[in-house]
Amino acid sequence: MDIAELVRSWPLVRQLTEGDPLGLGPAARSPRTAALRPRTERAERVVRSICPYCAVGCGQLVYVEDGAISQIEGDPASPISRGRLCPKGAASRSFVAGPRRETRVKYRRPYGTCWEELPLEDAMRMIADRIVATRAETWEDESEDGVPLNRTMGIANLGGATLDNEENYLIRKLSIGLGMVQVENQARI
Amino acid sequence: MGSNMAECHPVGFQWVMEARERGAEVVHVDPRFTRTSAMATRHIRIRPGSDIALLGGVIRWVIEHDAWFRDYVVEYTNAPVVIDEGIEDTDELGGVFSGWDEEQGQYEFDTWQYAGMRVHSAAGQRESAGSGQTAGAAGAHLEHGEAPEEDPTLQHPRCVFQLLRRHFDRYTPERVAEICGCSADDVEWLARTLAENSGRERTSAFCYAVGWTQHTVGVQMIRSAAILQALLGNIGRPGGGILALRGHASIQGSTDIPTLYNLLPGYIPMPHAHHYEGLDGYVEMNSAPSGWWGNFEKYFVSLMKAYFGPAATPESEWCFDRLPRIDKNDSTYRTTLAMLEGGIRGFVVAGENPAVGSANARAHRLAMAKLDWLVVRDVVETETAAFWHDSPEVESGELVPEQIATEVFFLPAASHTEKDGSFTNTQRLLQWHHKAVEPPGDCRSELWFYYHLGRMVKERLAGSKARRDRGIRELTWQYPTHGQREEPSAEAVLSEINGWDETGTPLSSYQQLAADGSTACGCWIYCGVYEGGVNQAARRKPHWEQSYVAPEWGWAWPSNRHLIYNRASADPDGRPWSERRKYVWWDEEEGQWTGLDEPDFGKQKRPDYEPEQGADAEAAIPGRRPFSIQADGRAWLWVPAGLTDGPLPTHYEPHESPFENALYERRANPAREQYPGGENRYQPVGDDPGADAYPFVLTSYRLTEHHTAGGMTRFTAYLSELQPALFCEVSPELAAERGLEHGGWATIVTARSAIEARVLVTRRVRPLDVQGRTMHTVGLPYHWGSRGLTRGGTANDLFSIALDPNVHIQEVKAAACDVRPGRRPRGPALRDLVSSYPRLERELR
Repeated sequence: MDIAELVRSWPLVRQLTEGDPLGLGPAARSPRTAALRPRTERAERVVRSICPYCAVGCGQLVYVEDGAISQIEGDPASPISRGRLCPKGAASRSFVAGPRRETRVKYRRPYGTCWEELPLEDAMRMIADRIVATRAETWEDESEDGVPLNRTMGIANLGGATLDNEENYLIRKLSIGLGMVQVENQARI
Repeated sequence: MGSNMAECHPVGFQWVMEARERGAEVVHVDPRFTRTSAMATRHIRIRPGSDIALLGGVIRWVIEHDAWFRDYVVEYTNAPVVIDEGIEDTDELGGVFSGWDEEQGQYEFDTWQYAGMRVHSAAGQRESAGSGQTAGAAGAHLEHGEAPEEDPTLQHPRCVFQLLRRHFDRYTPERVAEICGCSADDVEWLARTLAENSGRERTSAFCYAVGWTQHTVGVQMIRSAAILQALLGNIGRPGGGILALRGHASIQGSTDIPTLYNLLPGYIPMPHAHHYEGLDGYVEMNSAPSGWWGNFEKYFVSLMKAYFGPAATPESEWCFDRLPRIDKNDSTYRTTLAMLEGGIRGFVVAGENPAVGSANARAHRLAMAKLDWLVVRDVVETETAAFWHDSPEVESGELVPEQIATEVFFLPAASHTEKDGSFTNTQRLLQWHHKAVEPPGDCRSELWFYYHLGRMVKERLAGSKARRDRGIRELTWQYPTHGQREEPSAEAVLSEINGWDETGTPLSSYQQLAADGSTACGCWIYCGVYEGGVNQAARRKPHWEQSYVAPEWGWAWPSNRHLIYNRASADPDGRPWSERRKYVWWDEEEGQWTGLDEPDFGKQKRPDYEPEQGADAEAAIPGRRPFSIQADGRAWLWVPAGLTDGPLPTHYEPHESPFENALYERRANPAREQYPGGENRYQPVGDDPGADAYPFVLTSYRLTEHHTAGGMTRFTAYLSELQPALFCEVSPELAAERGLEHGGWATIVTARSAIEARVLVTRRVRPLDVQGRTMHTVGLPYHWGSRGLTRGGTANDLFSIALDPNVHIQEVKAAACDVRPGRRPRGPALRDLVSSYPRLERELR
């Protein structure tokens, strides 16, 4: 940096020459600040999404960098939200990529006092076995007065309002096939 | 009303703010002063649970001052229809309508009917006769399809308009003010403001949330608004309506494609065990000769084709006998109570946290200890997953891990950014979200879990000869999977929801559905979302490139109609009511309806169309009747059938209220569902002995920074820091009366439990003058539990299970409680404190 440039970079000089006499605007901006770039610029992909919290349905832009989510912001193109998100929606990255998420199956055996590890495949196999067995043991072909019931009242399923339509479709369809009646979700509360 | 929109639906509230900036009046009616009140032009403070009294007062004012929209009301509502001569009103019968059967605890609906004809209820609700199993779908069933007896002058003493006028006659501003704790001027000002902002040139809208639904009279609160909006001509018109602000990303979707015990997709009722024999009886009972439900058989057969594919044939009656039968109310609270009795063996919970989110949450936690096995799928270890090692009952010694036989599987779930799929928002708009990254570790989508579970169960039963296994064996379950994790294709499921014809070509409208097995469709109201093989829910045309209706962003059911009943935005002749409120109108030259939205009506159906004798389904609806889901095409001021607790809303006290009913002898909704005893004890009420132990009114609510039962927010650092602790809101007067200190601790007690909370002394809640007494309100957010970064008492532990009889939703917006200074007792002493309060093991009057 030559002398002239150094002098021009002094805050007082900048205040006077850059039309910012109080030093509250551009004159206070450091080269480091000027060089800062939003991390969204580095994203390799921007994926369109919808906020997972309430039912307003705000548009989200999910920024992906090195295969991980680097930022989630409001989608300006959405006619519903016009780029805005509430505190929950704005914090969604810390929800989906937060350190408190569980990523492993946990198993608690009857009368157990702690969680145990269990491979996902084993858990799926055990759950499928229990559904088949419980269903067979609690099956109701017909009522006492001989009316067909074709159901099990021994297994219940709860949840759906936080899930996708396609997921709810499979839950409903499978529960019909299995003869389950007590299938409910948050719409009831 | 019944909503704190600025804090609970903040981004939606930007439109309210924008309207206010353009001159709209914004009124907030709520027990608390919130940020919504702060932004309103007027805040009207009422006692929790008194909404019907207030709206009744407004309806009365509108009628008495002739401020209703005559041209709209006479043509578009059932105001002129004459009702059965046996009808008797609550005025005459001490607070119940004719048909009340005290012994059975339910109504017979005969005298509520249109005179001389039988009008059956909505398709879903028709299954409910007598047992209160209602569904959400609308649609009357006129047995013969012909026009009912009516008096267009509205003078007949038994016409709906006159019945309505007489019913609300006693809701004078003064009496309403006494019940609600507001002023008579509040009532009159609200009525006048609504009337001045309605009519040809203007429209007004109601926004509500669970502040209305979570009452033992929740459905009737919404009905009050429906009556008012129909009288003022505010339905089916831009800027009008009654807008439900729902609380979960796809709670609308989970009602449309229901995970609800009494419904199949598209509000098709689950078959009942006893109401008919075979498919014909089921179809006949659920079809209407006129309106959308006239095509019930087409929707149902197409659903069976989607479910059972080639096995669904005319010979197999489309596999009708494979469907499980319902025979009573088996909604979520009944399931919990059955579980407490040991009647449920296995329980799968996916993305819900009943140990915090359901009324009498304690009962839910205790119930799970009676299960053989439990599967919890969530992104974090919720209170539901942890009930056996970390809960208030473990602390009190009531639950001991070594003694709990329940086998628990916790399976981590994928988040919305880790899977493809659609959410249906609160405006019926489907929006697709795309997968951004793979889920970590064992995390999987629900699509993955239920698809592979179904596949594995089918494999296990493939060789079974048992009759009970026919349904699961015949269920079609071929969905393409991709990737290392074998994730099923969400788009393939969407395409099944949309449906296809015999050649496999995607359908574009529910009007293409057939009853002969040539079409398959997983949800008739969603038919068209995959039109042309294109995912319409994924459309993202920016709002600046289209009209304010934004028809090319996502896809709204049905048929991408954004405003339902929009035929009502034009007058009976098909012309816009006014230039400034034009939306959909009849174009005589083109011979069709046109406008800003997809017309919610036969496009070529002329405004002067009259159905011929014998016309059915939608063709039986005349051209001047906009409400084509209903069999008579009219908005119902009076509900002749389909509601279990009265054809008109009536003010009743909450189930647990410290007050008597100032309008009628009957204290509370007589038809409400009660489950007394065991873990669900009730409290003395009104003037009964012991009621003074619970002198304060308790209400619960949400905060901006937390979401429902907290699984998606209490484990997040930013949000926990912003809203770090459970608190109770009390007025300075109540704080002084009970010695509560701002920032200190208080213990809130009911007959169910006691929890502690930080005290927030604030003028946002104030004592109200109600029926000659000073009434204090205690406000509690309900997000907390024993897990997460911020932990606290669960407000839902305090509430009882007492339900609205139409929809089985609990009353957690108005109850009674006691408040004491200081922290709650620890260990077994907690139960001793609760036991020292009066409690009842029987139903309340």
